[in-house]
Amino acid sequence: MTEYLIKNGFVFDPVLGIKGDATDIAIKDGKIVETDAVKNPKVIDASGRTVMAGGVDIHAHVAGPKVNIGRNFRPEDKLFNTRPGRGVERMQGGFSVPTTIRTGYNYARMGYTTVMEAAMPPLYARHTHEEMRDTPIIDQGAYPVFGNNWFVLEYLKNNEIENAAAYIAWLLRVTKGYAVKVVNPGGTEAWGWGLNCENVHDPVPYFDITPAQIIKGLIEANEYLGLPHSMHIHTNNLGNPGNYTTTLDTFKLSEGIRPEGSFGRDQVMHHTHVQFHAYGGDNWGNMDSKAKEIMDYVNSHDNITIDMGAVTLDETTTMTADGPFEHHLTELNHLKWANADVELETAAGIVPYVYSPNIKVCAIQWCIGLELALLAKDPMRIFMTTDHPNAGPFTRYPRIMKWLMSQEAREEQFNAFKHRDKVIEATNLAGIDREIDLYEIAQMTRAGPAKSLGLSEICGGLAPGLAADVVVFDFNPNEPYAPDDIEDAFSNAEHLFKTGVHIINDHDIISNGNKRTLWVNARVNENPQVMRDVKEKFLRYYTVTLNNYEVSGHHYVPNPYVIEVDATE
Amino acid sequence: MTKTVTDVICPFCGTLCDDLEVVVSKDGKNLLEVYNACAIGAEKFLHSQAKDRLTRPRMRQEDGSWKEISYDEAIEYTAKILTEAKKPLMYGWSSTNCEAQGVGSEIGEYVGAVMDNTATVCHGTSLIAVQDIGIPSCTLGEIKNRADRILFWGCNPAHAHPRHMSRYSIFPRGFFTGKGHTGRKMIVVDPRVTDTARIADIHLQIEQGRDYELFDAFRVAFKGEQLPDIVAGIPKERIYEAAETLKSGRFAIIFFGMGVTQSLGKNHNIDAAIAVTRDLNDYTKAAIMPMRGHYNVTGSGQVWGWLFGFPFAVDLSRGFARYNPGETTANDLLRRGEVDAVFVLGSDPGAHFPFSSVKKIYGLPSVAVEPHETPTTEVCKVHVPVAFVGVEVGGCAYRMDNVPIETRKVVDAPEGMMTDEEFLTHVLARVKEIKGI
Repeated sequence: MTEYLIKNGFVFDPVLGIKGDATDIAIKDGKIVETDAVKNPKVIDASGRTVMAGGVDIHAHVAGPKVNIGRNFRPEDKLFNTRPGRGVERMQGGFSVPTTIRTGYNYARMGYTTVMEAAMPPLYARHTHEEMRDTPIIDQGAYPVFGNNWFVLEYLKNNEIENAAAYIAWLLRVTKGYAVKVVNPGGTEAWGWGLNCENVHDPVPYFDITPAQIIKGLIEANEYLGLPHSMHIHTNNLGNPGNYTTTLDTFKLSEGIRPEGSFGRDQVMHHTHVQFHAYGGDNWGNMDSKAKEIMDYVNSHDNITIDMGAVTLDETTTMTADGPFEHHLTELNHLKWANADVELETAAGIVPYVYSPNIKVCAIQWCIGLELALLAKDPMRIFMTTDHPNAGPFTRYPRIMKWLMSQEAREEQFNAFKHRDKVIEATNLAGIDREIDLYEIAQMTRAGPAKSLGLSEICGGLAPGLAADVVVFDFNPNEPYAPDDIEDAFSNAEHLFKTGVHIINDHDIISNGNKRTLWVNARVNENPQVMRDVKEKFLRYYTVTLNNYEVSGHHYVPNPYVIEVDATE
Repeated sequence: MTKTVTDVICPFCGTLCDDLEVVVSKDGKNLLEVYNACAIGAEKFLHSQAKDRLTRPRMRQEDGSWKEISYDEAIEYTAKILTEAKKPLMYGWSSTNCEAQGVGSEIGEYVGAVMDNTATVCHGTSLIAVQDIGIPSCTLGEIKNRADRILFWGCNPAHAHPRHMSRYSIFPRGFFTGKGHTGRKMIVVDPRVTDTARIADIHLQIEQGRDYELFDAFRVAFKGEQLPDIVAGIPKERIYEAAETLKSGRFAIIFFGMGVTQSLGKNHNIDAAIAVTRDLNDYTKAAIMPMRGHYNVTGSGQVWGWLFGFPFAVDLSRGFARYNPGETTANDLLRRGEVDAVFVLGSDPGAHFPFSSVKKIYGLPSVAVEPHETPTTEVCKVHVPVAFVGVEVGGCAYRMDNVPIETRKVVDAPEGMMTDEEFLTHVLARVKEIKGI
């Protein structure tokens, strides 16, 4: 492989602790190496430019059945939003739910190289893997959903952590999954009957277990296995005024539990898109921000990480395994609604949504997303996301950077709100003058999520030995700049390397890369009871046979990167 | 000695049964018996064993006779007509695996083809309706485990999806449906007294073409509002009764077929059907599902969804993907004479398209990639026989509820035969060569 030397860029890297000093970065055999380890490198002059590790997205809905429902049922999302193939680039289309090809390219253009698909229904694992296979450049993994899975509900009802763990290990293996995802625990199963679980103590119909038991049990099972990532949750009561108490109740379930395993993470719970879970008030008229209460808790408890779910004020397509929420949303906005319940496992809903700056609630949501990051004491524990495409498309990350880095940009947006004063009254944002710097951005988008995912030995930094995921942005932090310059520069990488392959040269995509699929192979002791239960459920309740369930074959996972976990004792 | 292959997937209809057992000879070359399949499915497997099966491509001669050609010649001809055409139609894609669909889509990109699948004459109207109003749906296992109100509208699973009722919808005993069919109420809406209608608890023998009115009547009846004495040929009392039956269930499902997607009203009927389902969700839990025909028509819509963003009628001729049913649909293009080459794979438009379309295919450079001899192969210039997907080669297929299942290879294809994917991969390579990509 070609060796590269990226010379003299302003490097921001929390792993090395470099805060914008001009530093050389060397690449050899797909990895970062010491600068004297390259003999005859191709030199990239990065002087006057910003250099970072490839971005890591911990939570985005970019591949799988509900994403594709979003694409297919929204032809309007492609209107004036297509791009012909050119050079190595294939045809692209779509804004809030782009085609897989465009997903890969757009992430690459923003300098991202690792992206986690946030919810994979196990029965649809093949579909998710087919889409990830057809997403060029970026490394991807997918989180199978567990929070409404009948096996999990039955094991945890009886507090059988070891059995739950054995089942998780089995399911991760057969679906080629990465982590334990939980969406509206119990509530989505209740949605099978058109019902919901509205807080963590609301029992699940028939199964006689509470969401709190599911959450705590899955944290314990996750730590029993010592998986790379922690349990990753979207808790109950998403998107409702007054829901911050449910969120705090959820956080508290992690108290007293410490991380196990050898992957270097400090958290036992990752709570996703917290913006949607930080609302006060008791109706849409008096809904306000509880970001401060949420961040007070997060700042003082180091076994939790969160991501933002920042609202970007766009027309988008919401999609989640929180089936009852999407039904609630279609009743609110009267736009088209798709629903897809999955036997024994989960559900999903999809509804288009317009976050209008003229609507007070949308503007409050925008404030809350940014407040979470600006109130954070440790940027290594809060990550930039839009819960793509739920709060906005991932292509707006550079715009969120602009808002986080510039109070001027925030004020400009406040002044564009129809209900500016009411919004300011209901939120904290106008009183926050903090401006995040690029080092903190690198923590929130690179080193932090990589550590939370248990990938800090693989990516997220520029230390020798890590994968050579390196991006060069045409941005000089030491020269004066306008807020919009941030958005422009970070939307359009000048150079990108992904595991040592030169992907973007002078802003042009020149390679479709060497995309890998990350999955976790956790080995546990033989567990005859779980295997008997699996056989039984497939025989009686599933509509596919057990032998037709496992994802296997080159055409689903052509380039796997398997993370081995030994949980046998 | 023989061996039995279990958990075999049936590559016939959208029910995609995956519990077949197939007995093959010890050397894996001959397929002897098929168990658990319906009559149609079993025939699909056994037909692959026909002794008079074509195993090599052939080209139509000036005098109307066929001449055997090599796969290389067939690849060359296909690549040539696709690259020379300004706007080729690449149609079918429903009886093949997703891997072939993926390669075919890439060819379509490079040659600027219009890609259309069999939904265009089947559930394309449903896909349009979903774009209007969405679709609350679920997997077939949800029906098996929960549903106690089953409505078949304009479809006849007893004949078209023969194992649907026994595997998923009427007879199985699921987790919350331990009484099987005795715990379920079955409603059929059909102008004919079909074999499905005969076993229904309620059969509403609708006047043909009045589906939209009856859907609307259901919505009125749910709300307890006044109906005229007779709607769509059905006395109002029976409509109120059926509406109450649906509302009183714990989980209601509407299955619908071509009787409502391709009759008067088309996509508007499905709009109304989905609105009925949305309304029902105010009272109980309800879902709706199209009874997809070919075993992987659903998959082609998925593959094009993630590659292009549209489930059928995808026009790539301008360099990017466009979608405008009525303009970019296969029959409209053919009948208006807007395409100048035709490539068919995994479908039989010769049998199912209007005669005016088929005549146009006959007049154009054309290739049919197809294991059988069909009306389509009769009108095409080149016929490329290939291995049967799901019998002689595996690959992914999507069930009518969008669940992807990996089909299985159970026997070898005849010596030297290509699969769809292999043939397309060669065509793709040749197309790239010609185009200098």
